[in-house]
Amino acid sequence: MKLKITLAALIAALSTSTHAKTTGKISGTEFNPAISFILDGRYTDIDSSELELPGFQLGGEAGLPENGFSTGHNELSISANIDDKFYGLMTSAIVFEGGETEFELEEAYIETLKLGSGFTIKGGRFFSGIGYLNGIHDHAHDFADRPLVYDALFGGHLVDTGVQARWVAPTDLFINLGAEVITGSEFPGGENEDGNKGLALFIKTGGDINASSSWQFGASFYQSEFDVREAGGHHHGGEETEADNELLNGEVDVTGIDFIYKWAPDGNRKNKNFKLQAEYFVKNEEGDAEFTEDSNTAEASYDGEQTGFYIQGVYQFMPAWRVGLRYDHLEADNIIADFVNGGIDEDEFLEESGLGAEDDPNKTSIMLDYSPSHFSRIRLQYSQLDNGHEDTNDIVTLQYTMSLGAHGAHTF
Amino acid sequence: MKLLTPTLGLILFLLASPASAVVKVFACEPEWKALVETLGGEYVKASSATTAFQDPHYIEARPSLIAKTRRADLIVCTGAELEVGWLPLLLRQSGNSAIQKNELGYFLAADQVERIEVPENLDRSQGDLHASGNPHVHWGPYRLLTIAKALSDRLQKLDAKHVAQYRQRYQAFATKWKKQISKWESQAAELKGKKVIVYHKNWSYLLNWLGIEMVGNLEPKPGLPPTSAHLANLLELTRSTEISYIMTTNFQNDKGARWLSEKTDIPILSLPYTVGGDKKASDLISLYDGVISALTNYQ
Repeated sequence: MKLKITLAALIAALSTSTHAKTTGKISGTEFNPAISFILDGRYTDIDSSELELPGFQLGGEAGLPENGFSTGHNELSISANIDDKFYGLMTSAIVFEGGETEFELEEAYIETLKLGSGFTIKGGRFFSGIGYLNGIHDHAHDFADRPLVYDALFGGHLVDTGVQARWVAPTDLFINLGAEVITGSEFPGGENEDGNKGLALFIKTGGDINASSSWQFGASFYQSEFDVREAGGHHHGGEETEADNELLNGEVDVTGIDFIYKWAPDGNRKNKNFKLQAEYFVKNEEGDAEFTEDSNTAEASYDGEQTGFYIQGVYQFMPAWRVGLRYDHLEADNIIADFVNGGIDEDEFLEESGLGAEDDPNKTSIMLDYSPSHFSRIRLQYSQLDNGHEDTNDIVTLQYTMSLGAHGAHTF
Repeated sequence: MKLLTPTLGLILFLLASPASAVVKVFACEPEWKALVETLGGEYVKASSATTAFQDPHYIEARPSLIAKTRRADLIVCTGAELEVGWLPLLLRQSGNSAIQKNELGYFLAADQVERIEVPENLDRSQGDLHASGNPHVHWGPYRLLTIAKALSDRLQKLDAKHVAQYRQRYQAFATKWKKQISKWESQAAELKGKKVIVYHKNWSYLLNWLGIEMVGNLEPKPGLPPTSAHLANLLELTRSTEISYIMTTNFQNDKGARWLSEKTDIPILSLPYTVGGDKKASDLISLYDGVISALTNYQ
């Protein structure tokens, strides 16, 4: 999924935007295609950069930032109407980690414009339509990090390759139904022979209460069956061991609801506005858990139910300035049976595989950000993460996210 | 579960009312809703995505707007990047093929006329610039007439059954509007050469037309809120230049304007920017009437 590219290729990819700058015409409507680049950098003060959430097998991009200075997701996005019938978008993150630059394809999809009757079909690699934040790129989130439930259950975002069909009902009340058939091989799914075992369904509805306030409610469902899922096994500091943490012959499903309420005096968001947002997910998964370290193994059958929610409020109290508060909570209820000790005892297995639940992890975050224009934002955030296992982790982040090029989209 | 989507879809489809005869119009701003209602009368049913109290640049593609674009036969928006943050998103999410770019159901007012203040050099250090020039075209009365003609033509193409009625309505509007223009021009003749400070350049077409000179902006750069350093510069300016008034609209934060006004005794005119902006501004003519009277009364 991650492929390294040479500096030359990167320069080639960016040369279009350089050219655009010299001719001086960059805008989403006038310039074809619209190019935007997100610059994300941060300074983090953190007790431990290793994310451990007992009871949750982590995958995907779940993690914590490094201590000190780091660059986040610097993101290149190119989009345009391809012709009168199709729209296309490519977003990739350029990540510098451990002395290496990696080019990650986040999204690359096409979408129909002319099916009519409320139908749209999207194909390619895309952020699934489930949940509320899942489809929104990290730089457009209201906090410096993703809600814990997204990291714990989806490895950051549910992003996969396949086809999505959406339909908007011809009603006054907004009703949007969507279905996706995807590979199902991305976390929390896993490798499957057919490469089409993932299914996602979602419904979104919403409207205006009056000129000042609007709401949206969503419900979603995801499922996948897989032969093998590799989870990121955690390593004790300094130990040079090869650990394999796998779930075999597994199936997973996630059901969730999300709610958003927005308010602005007279609906004029420029000076003041408030946003309340909450999401809740339940994940059920089962399979044969296998943990291998050097020549020692442990096996068990596993059936788990993990839930998580977050609730957050963000208030823009004057132009350019916002404050936000978020509370995250997770809970894991895992049943382990038929344990087989192959050199690793059950306690060690539970800890190393991530399947042994302890107290409920939770996190509280408070943030203040300043956006002098549509295109720049500087944010200060403090979070306290209690993973239910060790001491609490205090995280202070000072971050900038800035965009150059095409004007960003004002998603609800 | 797999059958859920099509089944629900079918039910909702059957419940939906059959296509009615009127042209359903999604206007991005109240001025275009007013214009299309004047030109279409009973043959159109229009709604506006924004009110006169909202900055059209800051709207989000919220659920109710997607639901409205889904059912629209025609969208009438300003263009010139005023709605760049949300209109493209609405179009893509609507699943409505009739209103996509360059279709008959896609009408941008600013595309019909020449824009002023087209930036020579596009650089965001100059603020949130519109590459295609000043989008606030409804304050140019001659431009508005051109837009009305193009919009009427569009209605005639979309709804061929009522061509005669649309033509007649346009003629009636054009005659009345031209008469109004000469009335407003003589009423505002005395304003020629006056100097004003504005909050944002949304009055440029009006000021150009009436020969009023805009000598300052409360925004240091388009789209950016006033800063104290910038206000101090404006205060300096008022010492060397005689300024008749500070023009703001009622959706703009007037803190900076009030500060400057208190320091200098220059009156603030908080004006309705568009139809619905105050009690009197019920259509385009009464909107113009109100604003021009406010300008002339403050002599």
